[in-house]
Amino acid sequence: MKKLFVILSLVLLPLAGFANEGEVELESANIDLTDHAAMQRGAKYFVNYCQGCHTLKYFRYERMQDFGLTKEQIKENLLFDKTKKLGALMDNNMPSEEAAKWFGTAPPDLTLTARRREGGADWIYTYLKSFYKDESRPFGVNNVVFPNVGMPHVLMELQGVQEAVVETDEHGNKHIKELKLVKPGKLSPEEYDQVAKDLATFLTHVAEPMKLQRQRIGFWVMLFLFVFFVVSFMLKKEYWKDVH
Amino acid sequence: MSSFIQWIDERFPLTKVWNEHLAQYYAPKNFNFWYFFGSLAMLVLVNQIVTGVWLTMNYKPDANLAFASVEYIMRDVNWGWLVRYLHSTGASAFFIVIYLHMFRGLIYGSYRKPRELLWIIGVIIYLAMMATAFFGYLLPWGQMSYWGAQVIVNLFSAIPVIGDDLSVWIRGDYVISDATLNRFFAFHYLLPFILAALVFIHIVALHKVGSNNPDGIEIKKGPKGNRWSDTAPADGIPFHPYYTVKDIVGVAGFLIVFLGIVFFVPEMGGRFLEHPNFEPANPLKTPPHIAPVWYFTPFYAMLRAVPSFAGTQVWGVLVMGASIVILFFLPWLDKSPVKSIRYKGMISKVMITLFVIDFLVLGYLGMLPATPGRTLVAQIGTVFYFLFFLAMPIYSKIEKTKPVPERVTQ
Repeated sequence: MKKLFVILSLVLLPLAGFANEGEVELESANIDLTDHAAMQRGAKYFVNYCQGCHTLKYFRYERMQDFGLTKEQIKENLLFDKTKKLGALMDNNMPSEEAAKWFGTAPPDLTLTARRREGGADWIYTYLKSFYKDESRPFGVNNVVFPNVGMPHVLMELQGVQEAVVETDEHGNKHIKELKLVKPGKLSPEEYDQVAKDLATFLTHVAEPMKLQRQRIGFWVMLFLFVFFVVSFMLKKEYWKDVH
Repeated sequence: MSSFIQWIDERFPLTKVWNEHLAQYYAPKNFNFWYFFGSLAMLVLVNQIVTGVWLTMNYKPDANLAFASVEYIMRDVNWGWLVRYLHSTGASAFFIVIYLHMFRGLIYGSYRKPRELLWIIGVIIYLAMMATAFFGYLLPWGQMSYWGAQVIVNLFSAIPVIGDDLSVWIRGDYVISDATLNRFFAFHYLLPFILAALVFIHIVALHKVGSNNPDGIEIKKGPKGNRWSDTAPADGIPFHPYYTVKDIVGVAGFLIVFLGIVFFVPEMGGRFLEHPNFEPANPLKTPPHIAPVWYFTPFYAMLRAVPSFAGTQVWGVLVMGASIVILFFLPWLDKSPVKSIRYKGMISKVMITLFVIDFLVLGYLGMLPATPGRTLVAQIGTVFYFLFFLAMPIYSKIEKTKPVPERVTQ
């Protein structure tokens, strides 16, 4: 039994992923991929606050119909460049070479951020909530989840200004204990959390739009396979009756 | 119908082949769980070839287009996501199935005389598989694709004198680039067909010598005569229908696990599809931690475990190469009078158990960034990996074995 436990833990350990690599603990966004209203709000925030710099260059405007928007709604409210068609990819007009000069690095495409970052939606959610004032940075802000990030805090007008509460441990190492809101923005902290959650929900959907479809189909595939397994097992039993 | 078959048979040995390899191929009747993995490996190979061909219809082997074309397949091609997940999960499934298939051979002594060549063909298949997987992993053109290939190709530059030129020759450039992607794509498309041919040869060799079994008894040497034939081994049963219907059960069980992963956890927690590979390849941005996909990590751990010596890193490369090459010699390293683990002595049982643990530990360490402590464990693991093989002529000979029964047991 003990041997079995050792072997099992050795087999399963690598599959569990490496939760603890000295990284920041992520807050749970607790997103719901069936929450179409959250995705629609997230799309609104994305086109208004993010798309100036960031693209979703593998995602098409028209696919926002998947979370309940009509073609007209997308055209009127989310597709700002009227020369573009609904089937266009969600690009922007920022030249990436220039952008690299302005920000030190070109703003990355965000289509796959939820899959690129360990933690997915929780990473995005925590990241959006973790900007704090740091005068040593070019844009006056830093981020706990993404230290020395190259972007400004574009949602500052909504969230307000946070400051880091630094604490010194017994070894003399300084680390950030928590972030404190020193100047409120347009929204209350609860309302801002909802904005971060909406964006996380939208970007998680965008990263793998077929996720719910794949799980739905998977359910029927599994159901079929269980039946098929039983039938094939009975067939085998029948054939093998006379083997001794 | 029968006249049609006769017409064929006069021109092509259809009935003869059917009988020799299925209906009148007598396999031992005591196959257990471990004997599912041969047929499953063929199933996965077919899955890889079919899904691979369909992926090619929309994939673009071009450094500027490759990454986007994979996302195009995932989003805009009808059922493209399913084909892609079947292929990416299939790659890992192939290695799991093959590792279990090799383990079966290891514990039941299926590499022993007269199956030496069968085993050697199998090791060649394993090598071809590793090459195919390596070439294929570059194709999505993500960060880990790019840097993983960079690290592996750089291994060749550790070879003295010709190393640098050799690695440039392999890449077709000084770094991994569009030229590398194109040739890797060409090889990734070619190798599976060579793999299929090797599998055919593997089966021809198997049917020449006959299948081994969990008791490691040669049923051909036992008494003759069963219900189907007076000359067939008494402990044999026709492969068809007995093992064909049994393998269908194995297929059903395998598909529950395999399609469970495909439909519910295709990334497998970042093991089958790694997080950094969702970022396009960037030659100017080295990821903080580069590791090959899980199925290569035991060998990668051995590579890293060997320190550089006499001003060259080549020793690690040699050790990694030797860890595969040594498999070819296994048939002659085992000196035990019995084949199967069932009748071998305590030392062999302990050694095989430790070998499995060792392989898993090395695989785990190969995924992690190196630290002095981990390197030490990897060094011990590497030494034991070779000790298992190199000490085998001694411990397999001196240990006390159990008597082997005359006939197969149930």
